[in-house]
Amino acid sequence: MFKWFTYKTYPEFFKTYLKSFKEKQPKSIEETRFVVFDTETTGLDLANDRILSIGAIAINNNIIEVADSFEIYLKQDAFNAETVEIHGLLKDGNLIKTTEIEAIEQFIRFLGNSILVAHHAAFDIEMMNAALKRMKLPKLRNKTIDTGILYKKLEGKKENHFNLDVLCTEFNIPKHDRHTASGDAYITALLFLKIISKLKKERTVHYSDLFRTSNHKGLI
Amino acid sequence: MKNTIAERIFDFLKDYPPFNLISKETLLEVSKSVEIQYFEKDQIIFNQNDTPHEHFYIIYEGAIRLYRFVDNEKHNLDICDEGDLFGLRPLIMQESYLMGAAANEETILYGIPISLFNSIILNYPKVSQFLIASFATNTRDPFSDKHKGKLFANVSSIQKIENSFAETQSAKYSKNPITCNVETSIKEASIIMTKHIINSIIVAKDNIPIGIITDKDIRTKIGTGIFSILDPVSKIMSSPVVTFPEKITVAEAQIALLKHKVSHICITKDGTDQSELVGILAEHDLNILQTNNPMFLVREIKYAQDAETLKHIRTKASELTKGYLEQEIPIYFITKVITEINTAITKRIIRLAVKELGQDPPVAYAWLAMGSQGRSEQLLMTDQDNALVFENVEDEDYERVKEYFLKFSTIITQKLNIVGFEYCPANIMASNPKWCLSLKEWKAQFKDWVKHPTSDKILLSIIFFDFEYIFGDKELYNQMSESVFRYISKKQTFLGFLSKATLDNPPPLGFFKQFLVEQDGENKDHFDIKSRAIRPLVDAARIFSLHHSLKVNNTIARYEKLMEEEPQNKDLFESCANAFKILLQFRTSQGLANKDSGKFVDINNLSKSDRLKLKSCFKPIKNIQDSLKIRFNVSQIP
Repeated sequence: MFKWFTYKTYPEFFKTYLKSFKEKQPKSIEETRFVVFDTETTGLDLANDRILSIGAIAINNNIIEVADSFEIYLKQDAFNAETVEIHGLLKDGNLIKTTEIEAIEQFIRFLGNSILVAHHAAFDIEMMNAALKRMKLPKLRNKTIDTGILYKKLEGKKENHFNLDVLCTEFNIPKHDRHTASGDAYITALLFLKIISKLKKERTVHYSDLFRTSNHKGLI
Repeated sequence: MKNTIAERIFDFLKDYPPFNLISKETLLEVSKSVEIQYFEKDQIIFNQNDTPHEHFYIIYEGAIRLYRFVDNEKHNLDICDEGDLFGLRPLIMQESYLMGAAANEETILYGIPISLFNSIILNYPKVSQFLIASFATNTRDPFSDKHKGKLFANVSSIQKIENSFAETQSAKYSKNPITCNVETSIKEASIIMTKHIINSIIVAKDNIPIGIITDKDIRTKIGTGIFSILDPVSKIMSSPVVTFPEKITVAEAQIALLKHKVSHICITKDGTDQSELVGILAEHDLNILQTNNPMFLVREIKYAQDAETLKHIRTKASELTKGYLEQEIPIYFITKVITEINTAITKRIIRLAVKELGQDPPVAYAWLAMGSQGRSEQLLMTDQDNALVFENVEDEDYERVKEYFLKFSTIITQKLNIVGFEYCPANIMASNPKWCLSLKEWKAQFKDWVKHPTSDKILLSIIFFDFEYIFGDKELYNQMSESVFRYISKKQTFLGFLSKATLDNPPPLGFFKQFLVEQDGENKDHFDIKSRAIRPLVDAARIFSLHHSLKVNNTIARYEKLMEEEPQNKDLFESCANAFKILLQFRTSQGLANKDSGKFVDINNLSKSDRLKLKSCFKPIKNIQDSLKIRFNVSQIP
């Protein structure tokens, strides 16, 4: 009863978001829309730090589509807005910044019921969830894939725990725009395609395998 | 809204035709709609006779193979590399694919939507010209002169120019020569000639050459008072002029100059004096070409009286290298010539040093070269690595003798430095008391290195075991090298240590067959061709040669000798020799182009076929390293 009550108070975009999970979900890699994303934050503290920017790009049928990408910069409450205006918004004056509420809404609309992909996904997702909580909204519902964990499924990589830089070197991905949300999302997308392709070479990959962590069965 | 990914795609596209012909705004729009696709090796992008996709492709990374089935037989038509465009023609013609495309290695493609591109073709005449031309000639970049009219770009770059005789080389001439018209006064013409520091001026009308005046005309016709300096040039000019078409060989030019008894030839569009002037060839241009031959340079070295003169000669030798490379003369030959010149310079300097000291050496000695000069692989100016050995002497004479040779060596290294051979930063030079030793001392040194191969001693062995005799008593050198072979044959594990050291330079291919480029610093995105590709091949050749006690230093010669020693491994050694030749050529042409040591190659500035060629060199490196690992029991080395 209580649950139904809160549902009614959700904004329209979030209702649409929740509804989309009732639709039939695809069962193969080719049919799935993956949204590879990354966030830049003010720090690592989930309670006090904030998201500075979100970058995301979609993969459909193994194709990374630039037209289906997302890039947004967030206004920071911590800074005095007036001072920022006087200083011409630091270096990049062309950046249009939005409020956290607006940014999260746009991202949720972009994301829909797609599969979320990120490198060391847990942190980015928790940052999102923290922002959603401030908006009095529940956590993200999407299935997620962590490229860090996906990498461990490759033969002989079980014990390895690597950051994005190391994997870029191993997979020969040029490290352009590292440490911008969009740049890292794009790099992670390439990494995702390369790992999947390598996995397929090693064995038959079942769709559900992607979501399994290496240590125990079940969803992440 | 900012779109970082699209900006990055824009950065890539803007360097390649036809995208370099499109405005920034339009190209940025195109970039926003690009699809990025990843293909594994041998994965098919489209099949022959497939209906066309909605996108055409440009290769961002990797290579694509285009093929066609004719009578059930598969013909590979071409290999496209980074920056190449394919799959566009069927989209424009609205017909199915005439050929199939598959990934030749792991590949990333940018798919560009044809719907967007159609309007670009309409709005940018240059783009449509480019496309029409490229469809017609089948070359990828019809605007590049290099491949004009050739069916496949790669084929033409593989074909070599066979003739290397100076006489059949095309003669070099000055383009866009200075002209004046018939009414110009002699005074004015002389002022122009003085200003441009030229010894002739062509009299032309509408750029058609009518006559020519030279320094000689001014001397014989003005200086003698026959004509006034205010007379028009037409009074003293030689007319008509001797003309030739653009493609003139050295031999033709020489004959023409002799036959017509002139000092200048006008080069015109169609070779007659009725067509447009494009250049002027002077007798002087041909002389330069002739003096730049190695025989002439070596003769000049012999008569040089100081280091400055030798420096000048060495600069000319650099020019020679450049010319040889442009004519694709085999690298083995070029290294031989340059090494001859460097050796001749060193010998001349040693003689000059004896003269300067005013005192003959007290005992017999030999001057030795190390490193690339020792291996006769020096093409560019590199650091000097040298050493000196002198005859064993009685203890009471040692001090005096050593003092002489140190002073002697210091003078030599100073002079070599003036010529352009930089001092060795590690001080591996005969002027260092550590590397100016008696035969006895050298032998003890070598024995210690082989017996106790610590990492610093291994490093020194690598440098010193490529020593080559340059000047002095050859017997001293022979005894030194025999001692090395003797010690090593007694202790084969030493070669395992050497192998282990070289295996620290793994083959330069990354997981996805891309170049391992430097990630940081000044040489970011550059490929370190010296340490990652050349050195592993040099090291491997040395180890195998020491194993067989081969008394050769040159890497190519070593591999050739090894092919005889181990016929069962002929293919491996041959592939290494070939790879080495290609790499050395790359390094040298890069070094000449950038005026540096050529250590780093800018991968992005290489032509596509060069990149493929370079990549093909990496497999032999891996094979020879695997072979070292097994042969010399590297796994058992601590």
